[in-house]
Amino acid sequence: MTRLADLTTRGRSVRAHRPWPRTVIDAAVWRAATRRLTAGELALLGLWGEPGQVHMALLDEAAGRVAVLSLDCPDGHYPSVSAHHAPAGRLERALCDLTGLKARGAPDPRAWLDHGRWTLRHPLGAPVPAAGAAQPYVFLPAEGESLHQIAVGPVHAGTIEPGHFRFTANGETVVRLEARLGYAHRGLLARMAGADLATAARLAARASGDSTVAYGYAFARAAEAALKVEAPPRAVWLRALMAELERLANHLGDIGAICNDAAFLMMHAHCAVLREAALRANSATFGHRLMMDRIVPGGVTSDLAPDGASVLRALVGTVRERLPVLTALYDDTASLQDRTVGTGVVSTELVRRFAAGGFVGRASGRDFDTRRALRYPPYDRLEFQTPVRTEGDVNARVWIRIDEVSQSLGLVEQILERLPGGPVRRDLPAGSGEGLALVEGFRGDVLAWLRLDRGRVARAWLRDPSWFQWPLVEAAVEGDIVADFPLANKSFNCAYAGSDL
Amino acid sequence: MSMPKLLAEGILRTPLTELPPAAGDAELAELAARLDAGARRRLGRSLSIRQVDAGSCNGCELEIHALSNPFYDLERFGLRFVASPRHADVLLVTGPVTLNMREALERTYAATPAPKWVVAAGDCAAGDGLFCGGYACAGGVADVLPVDLHIKGCPPDPTALLKGLLALLADASAKPAR
Repeated sequence: MTRLADLTTRGRSVRAHRPWPRTVIDAAVWRAATRRLTAGELALLGLWGEPGQVHMALLDEAAGRVAVLSLDCPDGHYPSVSAHHAPAGRLERALCDLTGLKARGAPDPRAWLDHGRWTLRHPLGAPVPAAGAAQPYVFLPAEGESLHQIAVGPVHAGTIEPGHFRFTANGETVVRLEARLGYAHRGLLARMAGADLATAARLAARASGDSTVAYGYAFARAAEAALKVEAPPRAVWLRALMAELERLANHLGDIGAICNDAAFLMMHAHCAVLREAALRANSATFGHRLMMDRIVPGGVTSDLAPDGASVLRALVGTVRERLPVLTALYDDTASLQDRTVGTGVVSTELVRRFAAGGFVGRASGRDFDTRRALRYPPYDRLEFQTPVRTEGDVNARVWIRIDEVSQSLGLVEQILERLPGGPVRRDLPAGSGEGLALVEGFRGDVLAWLRLDRGRVARAWLRDPSWFQWPLVEAAVEGDIVADFPLANKSFNCAYAGSDL
Repeated sequence: MSMPKLLAEGILRTPLTELPPAAGDAELAELAARLDAGARRRLGRSLSIRQVDAGSCNGCELEIHALSNPFYDLERFGLRFVASPRHADVLLVTGPVTLNMREALERTYAATPAPKWVVAAGDCAAGDGLFCGGYACAGGVADVLPVDLHIKGCPPDPTALLKGLLALLADASAKPAR
């Protein structure tokens, strides 16, 4: 029996939940699951709520299994997970803001998404009209001699998403960094509740613009799981093609942007040219530079343009020719390496505890990739490798991206070669059910969960990989100098809109 | 030695830069009511832009970033992004103005010296995105600040952004700027 199965058998199974089990358990099993998280036997994939019930998604990494545990909380409380397992902290705070359900014994009672400015409290629970006046926020303390604070954001110096960073520094050295997010909270999940599938898919595609394909992909797979249908084979392959093109464009942009934050503009300019080439190829092939709204429940909305395959092969050729030149430039420039090597280090122990995905986890020795660990089609029939390094610094996160670009180029070629024919979209029944899906976005594993009621979305939840990466940014910059923060932060490139929703 | 080789290549190769697009008619018409010749003289065909993300999904930011790449090369037009609203002539605002960002946006506007213009980029900022209304958003940018120009799209592509910004730069009329 796996480490998950003996938890999921100790409760009432929810039959409509697919493809992984969801079990309504009691507080004792909830606490047992929390102990396994603390012991590192399971990884936390998500924590969310709805009126009267909280849900926890768990991963048994070794067995490649996922399960959801649900706990009724008739008195509005549930046993805190974060009291024993820190990665749950911000999820519990957001859960409380949205539904009003409180984690009993939680170490941090502060609000997370709700800054006191909304017109409602608990929009996903029992909504209460609110005054809309900003609430004061107390940052975590730091004590010692000659400390000063630096407040940055939510409006930043560059074209960046909104967030607030509070540094406590001793001279140039960062003693403590604490991020405050929620500025990009648009009420996406409340918009989804009650929406038809088409509208909900458009909302999912706008959770985080840079991951529009990944979110569309995860949402579509969750909806199809709930309805017990599969997308046509050609659509399944086209989705993976778009996902790899999205990864390619984002990684190319990031490699340059990280160098830009070390004041090495040449790399930035050259990488920006390659990124633009990728976006133009996307536009020529799928009719949108970011491929927004192309993946929908039931398939994809646009087939390859007639010359799409040749456009994409040309793109692969261009990137494959230029990337080694740029990689050599990166590697040969000692002044640049001086900034990226040894900066913003995250330990393997920490990425494991937070189950951090994507290049953040893989640069620090966590070999996890949804495409392999929870293999979904067509990746079960494609050949690729997941690069892993152990240094955990900015340099390692750059190299993981470089290696992933190469892997994505290979995947694009394989998909073009073996793309099956046939329709790209099917009609969906107006059915009911619950679905959960995980797909590998460029940042890591994107989770989508939903409950459908006769073709409409009753409840949905989306979880960005950044939930488990943001706290590591704070750990990474401790002891570094303030001037290295933009560089370290860019190497993580965590999502603001994707986490704030 | 990668760097000398790349630099030499850059000098010898033809530039990637696109020809400038004509300023959009719709944008010109909207601006005709706003811009002031005197202010334009003071600016001397140069505008400094402060971008403010007021709760966008970051799709608009990606395309705004692209304006600085060698294909669009925004700076050749005298348009440049600056780090502080104190240095800005234009606020380029995206997003449905979340209530959590509203005060920060208002303060950024207050910190921008006159004459100043506000450009709302993207459908959310124009007030007809998916997120407008609801418990967490103020609506479009025009519900919070006086907007001089809307650039529509989800997201607007770099050419659309460039057209709008060029219209802002090129147009002049009788009405004084704020």
